[in-house]
Amino acid sequence: MKKHIAKLAIASAFATTLLMPVANAADYVIDDKGAHASINFKIKHLGYSWLTGRFDTFGGKFNYDPANVSASKIEVNIDTSSINSNHAERDKHLKGNDFLDVSAFANAKFVSTSVTEKAGGKLAVAGVLTLHGVSKDIIIDAQAVGEGKDPWGGYRAGFSGTTTIALTDFAIKMNLGPASTHVQLDLHIEGIKQ
Amino acid sequence: MNNTQTNYGYISIFFHWLAALSIFALFALGYYMVDLTYYHTWYKTAPELHKSVGIVLFALMLIRLIWRYKQVTPEHLASHSTLERKAGKLIHTVLYAMIFIIMSAGYLISTADGRGIEVFELFVIPGFGAFIENQEDLAGLIHKWLAYVLVALALLHALAALKHHFIDKDNTLNRMIGKRQNTNNIR
Repeated sequence: MKKHIAKLAIASAFATTLLMPVANAADYVIDDKGAHASINFKIKHLGYSWLTGRFDTFGGKFNYDPANVSASKIEVNIDTSSINSNHAERDKHLKGNDFLDVSAFANAKFVSTSVTEKAGGKLAVAGVLTLHGVSKDIIIDAQAVGEGKDPWGGYRAGFSGTTTIALTDFAIKMNLGPASTHVQLDLHIEGIKQ
Repeated sequence: MNNTQTNYGYISIFFHWLAALSIFALFALGYYMVDLTYYHTWYKTAPELHKSVGIVLFALMLIRLIWRYKQVTPEHLASHSTLERKAGKLIHTVLYAMIFIIMSAGYLISTADGRGIEVFELFVIPGFGAFIENQEDLAGLIHKWLAYVLVALALLHALAALKHHFIDKDNTLNRMIGKRQNTNNIR
């Protein structure tokens, strides 16, 4: 009987451990392979509507600990030639030297420098965005969307974020008019725990 | 109307000058339109016109090529040297080939996403999407740089014609502006 109780205690302790929420810092790789992440942009067209597009090819990783959010880090690399606004002629123009000049600046990069928790579960992710050869400090307003086990044996955590940058801040020379001086980046990131 | 052993017919002459005019106009329009500012009145119109004229020229060039093969080619002037004959023939072949390559590359830029090309808002030439990755970029490079080379070669071709006219004082240019020559006074 004693033996049984001991076994039960061990088993339940084991089970409790398994059921406890995992609260350790962990490395995640952005799931670009499964396309559970996207880097979208939108810019006003003449001030009358939003033009949207995205970067099809990118990758990155982050380190995240829900118990110590400010220790989080994220790094994302973007293939600028993968810009896709669903219009080949426009994409050619965007890749050319009026905009991203991708033959000279094939990569864009964001590396976080600090993550600050804000009220209501919001995060301020500060970091350096390198785009079109220009590196500049930006802040991404982000929030955790959710995390947990996936049905296939892995563990995932996801975030969304948004930031607005001025075209001239990154030396993009095409002038699209007074209503279209800034572009909004919308980021949706899901990472798979390593 | 028809070519003869000694002269170009009016149809051949018409095709030649129409192509010359269209190609220089397309080059100028293309050069001009890519640097227009976004709010310029011609920003949207100029590329539409460039594509429309390009498609029409493509059709005319096909007809011209068929016409060329159906017609006799006037013989070289007796005064032309072997080098001139060979150089002339080579440059004509290269000009034809480049015109078709440039027009095809232009088509491949605009249709890389499957969109068709609207011709003077009258009808649409269908697009078949991308055959290679980043097709619009590669086709764009070919379209742009070959256009520069084509215009340079066309100017060389024109200079050669002027050389024949003013220095050699032969009938090379006269034949292409419709001044008929008799068989017995070719020089």
